[in-house]
Amino acid sequence: MHQTLHALRDAPVSAWIGIVIVTFYAILAILAPLLAPFPEAASIGAQYQPWEAPHYLGTDALGRDVLSRLIYGARNTVGIALVTTALAFLLGTSMGLLAAVIGGWFDALTARVVDVLMAIPPLIFALLILTITGTSVLSLVLVIAVLDSTRVYRLSRAVAQGIMTMDYIEVARMRGEGLSWLIRREVLPNASAPLIAEFGLRFCFVFLFISALSFLGLGLQPPTADWGGMVRESAKLIGFANFSTWQTATFGLAPLLPAGAIALLTIGVNLIVDWVLHMSSGLKE
Amino acid sequence: MADALLDITDIRIEGRSDRKWKPIIKGVDLVLNRGEILGLIGESGAGKSTLGLAAMGYTKGGCRISGGSIRFDGQELVGAGEKTLRKLRGKRIAYVAQSAAAAFNPAYKLIDQYCEGPVKHGVMSRPEAQRDAVELYRKIRLPDPDQIGFRYPHQVSGGQLQRAMTAMAMACRPDLIIFDEPTTALDVTTQIEVLAAIRDIVREYDTAAIYITHDLAVVAQMADRIKVLLRGEEVEDAPAREMLANPREDYTKSLWAVRDFRREPMPAPDIGATPLLQIDNVTAGYGAVNVLKDIDLSIAGGSTVAIVGESGSGKSTLARVVMGLLPPRKGSIRFDGTPLPPSSRDRTPDLQRHVQMIHQMADTALNPKQRIRDVIGRPLEFFLGLKGKARETRTRELLALIELDPDEFIDRLPNELSGGQKQRICIARALAAEPEFIICDEVTSALDQLVAEGILRLLDRLQREMRLTYMFITHDLATVRSIADTVVVMQHGVVVEQGSKDDIFSPPHADYTELLLSSVPEMDPDWLTDLLAERGVR
Repeated sequence: MHQTLHALRDAPVSAWIGIVIVTFYAILAILAPLLAPFPEAASIGAQYQPWEAPHYLGTDALGRDVLSRLIYGARNTVGIALVTTALAFLLGTSMGLLAAVIGGWFDALTARVVDVLMAIPPLIFALLILTITGTSVLSLVLVIAVLDSTRVYRLSRAVAQGIMTMDYIEVARMRGEGLSWLIRREVLPNASAPLIAEFGLRFCFVFLFISALSFLGLGLQPPTADWGGMVRESAKLIGFANFSTWQTATFGLAPLLPAGAIALLTIGVNLIVDWVLHMSSGLKE
Repeated sequence: MADALLDITDIRIEGRSDRKWKPIIKGVDLVLNRGEILGLIGESGAGKSTLGLAAMGYTKGGCRISGGSIRFDGQELVGAGEKTLRKLRGKRIAYVAQSAAAAFNPAYKLIDQYCEGPVKHGVMSRPEAQRDAVELYRKIRLPDPDQIGFRYPHQVSGGQLQRAMTAMAMACRPDLIIFDEPTTALDVTTQIEVLAAIRDIVREYDTAAIYITHDLAVVAQMADRIKVLLRGEEVEDAPAREMLANPREDYTKSLWAVRDFRREPMPAPDIGATPLLQIDNVTAGYGAVNVLKDIDLSIAGGSTVAIVGESGSGKSTLARVVMGLLPPRKGSIRFDGTPLPPSSRDRTPDLQRHVQMIHQMADTALNPKQRIRDVIGRPLEFFLGLKGKARETRTRELLALIELDPDEFIDRLPNELSGGQKQRICIARALAAEPEFIICDEVTSALDQLVAEGILRLLDRLQREMRLTYMFITHDLATVRSIADTVVVMQHGVVVEQGSKDDIFSPPHADYTELLLSSVPEMDPDWLTDLLAERGVR
C-alpha cells in the first residue's frame, strides 16, 4: 500500500492525465442515474433538436436526450468491457500459467487450441457465433472473453516460462511444493506487472471490439445506450450538417461525440498502461 | 605530466536512483602514459567499470559526469560533442567487455564485426581490414586464423571469443584499450591463454591499457601500475611490484590477506562408518548426451568434499542428480545407507529436508517478491510445521545465526540486500530445513573476495556447530584449499582424481589436475611469464 502511494506520487504528468480521464469515466458510469438529466431510453422531446437547454447535446432520431445517453453509454459499454476483460484474463492467465508450470502434454494441447482460435479472424468469428447464439449480453461477453483470452494466454505463458527458469522455482520444486503454491506464490507475483499492463491494453481492444460489433448491429441492442450503436445511429446525420451556423453544425458533430468518448477513454487507459509498463521494465529514463 | 596519454583529474560521476543523483565516483585522478598498463581493482560497486567507461568520455544510461576533466592526448572529453567522441572511440580508444558472448552481435560473422571499425573510421578499405584481421588473429594465437573470422560468435568457444574481441579492439591500432574484466567469466585454464594473448599483443603495439578486474593475481600478471578503488574513491596507487610486495593502506592489505583463509581440518572420519552419501556408478545426461559417466563417489558425514572442474565438466549436473532434479540413467545413490529414489517427486519430505542446495546466483535463487520472513519461514512451515509465533521466532534465530540483524532484515525484499547478504539468506533458507547435507554450487563465485571469505567462514562455523556435510562445487582452487577435506577432480563428466586435499595438492598429480593447479594465477608478477616458459609456449 505504501509502495503504491509512493509510486503514485512519482507518476509522470502523462500518467496523471490518464488517471484523471479514467476516474472521470468511472464516476460517470457509477453515478449515471444521478448525473444524467433525462432517462436512458425515454423519448422526451422532438427529434433532432439542436444543442440548446435543456438538451445540451441535442436529441436523436427518436427524440432521446443525447447527453443522457452518452452518460448511460459509459456505464453500459465500459461496464461490459470491464467484465469481459476480467473474464478473458481469468481464463487466459490461469491456462497460460498452468501450461508453463505443468508443461508437457497440457502445454502442447492448450497451445494448439489457442493457435486454432487465433487463426480465425476474431471479428468474423464473433459475427458468426453471435448470429447463431443471438445477441444477448451474456453471449456477447462470453464470445469476446474466449477470443481475447487467447492473447492473454500467450503472454502469461511466455512470461511464466521465463520465470520458470529461475533458481527460486528450482528451490521450491526441490522442497516439493505443489502446483498451487508454485503458481500463486512463486510465478504470479513476478508476472503481475506485464499482466496488469496487458489488462489495460486488452480492455481498450475489448471496448473497441464491442463498439465495432454494436456499430454492425450485433453488439448491445437498443434501446440500451451504447457508444458504438450511437455512432451508427448518428452517422447518417453527417450528410445533413450545415456549417453556416453553429446550431446547424451540431448535426455534423453528433457522431463525433460517442466516437470521441471512445477515443478519449482509450487514450486515458493507454497513458496509464505506458506508465505501468515503464515501471515494470525497471528502466531509469 | 604534459605528455600523458590520458589525464583524468578530479572526475565525479553520479548515477540516478529513486529520482536522486547519487555519487558513484567521488573525485578520482588517473594518469596513464603511452604504453602503460594500469590495473584498476576493487570490489563490485567500487566504480571500476564506470571509471573505465569514463576514459572514453562515456557514461552508462542514468549516469552523468558532474565534474572534473578527462583529457585524452590533450583533448578534453568532458562536454565534448558526440561527433568528436565518435571519432575517438573505436579508433583511438577501444573497449573490451567482460562478456564477449554478449558483446558480439550473434547475427554477424566475426570478421564482419572486425572490419566495421576500421572501414567506418576510414583507416582501411574492406580487403585491407580483412587481411589485417587474419594477421591479428594469428598474432593473438587463435586456431586456424585464416578461417576463424568467417564463423559466427556461437561457433567459437568463450576463450576464443574473448581473444577475437581483443583483436577487434586492436583493429584501428588504438592508443588506449580498456579491458573490463575480460577473463572473469572464463575457466582458469582458458584464462591463461587469454591473459598471455592480451599481454603480448598490447606490448607488441605499445598500446596503453586500463585493465579492470577484481582478481589480484590476474592484475599482478598484467599491470605496470595498480590503482585500488573503494566506493568511488582511490585507496592506493603504486607501481605493481611495489604494491604487491608492500601494500600501504589497510584496505589493500585486507584484499591481499583474503586468499590466506584456511580452516582447521576436520577430524578424520571413522574408517568403515557408513558414508552419508554414496554415489555408485551413476550415468546421467540430457537428450542423447551423457554428461556424467560412471561416477563413483562417497562422502563421509561431517566432512567437506570439493568437486572441482572447468565449466562443462558435469559438476552442476552431479548436483542436480543428487537433488533428484535429473534422474540418472544408470547407477544408484544412497543417503545414510538407504537408497534415494531417483526423482525428487518420489522422495519423502523427510529425505528432501535432509538434502539442501545453495545456488550460485543468489539473485535468481530468491523470489524478488517474497520478503525475507517468507523466504526463510516457508521451509520452516513446510518441513517442520512451524506456524505463527514459533515460525517467527525460529526465523529470527536463523537470521542471527547467519549474522544478520533480525529486526533490520526480516521485512526486506531481496533487492534491498547486497550480494553477500543475499547469499547468507540462501544459506539460512537451506538451514531452515535442518538438513544434514548441503550442496553448495559455486556459492562464492559471484561474490567479491572479501565477501566470499565471509561466506566461507560462515559455512565453516555452521559446519562445526551443526555437524553439516558439504558437497562444495567450485572451479576456484583457492576456495578448495581453504575449506575442503577431500577433493574430487572432474573433467568431461568423468572423475579424474579423488582423494584427500593434501594428496591432491601435492605431487604426483594426474595430468589434468596438474594443468588445473598450475593454471591458478599467483600473486607473483613473474608467474605468468615463468609458467609460459615452462609450458614451452613462445
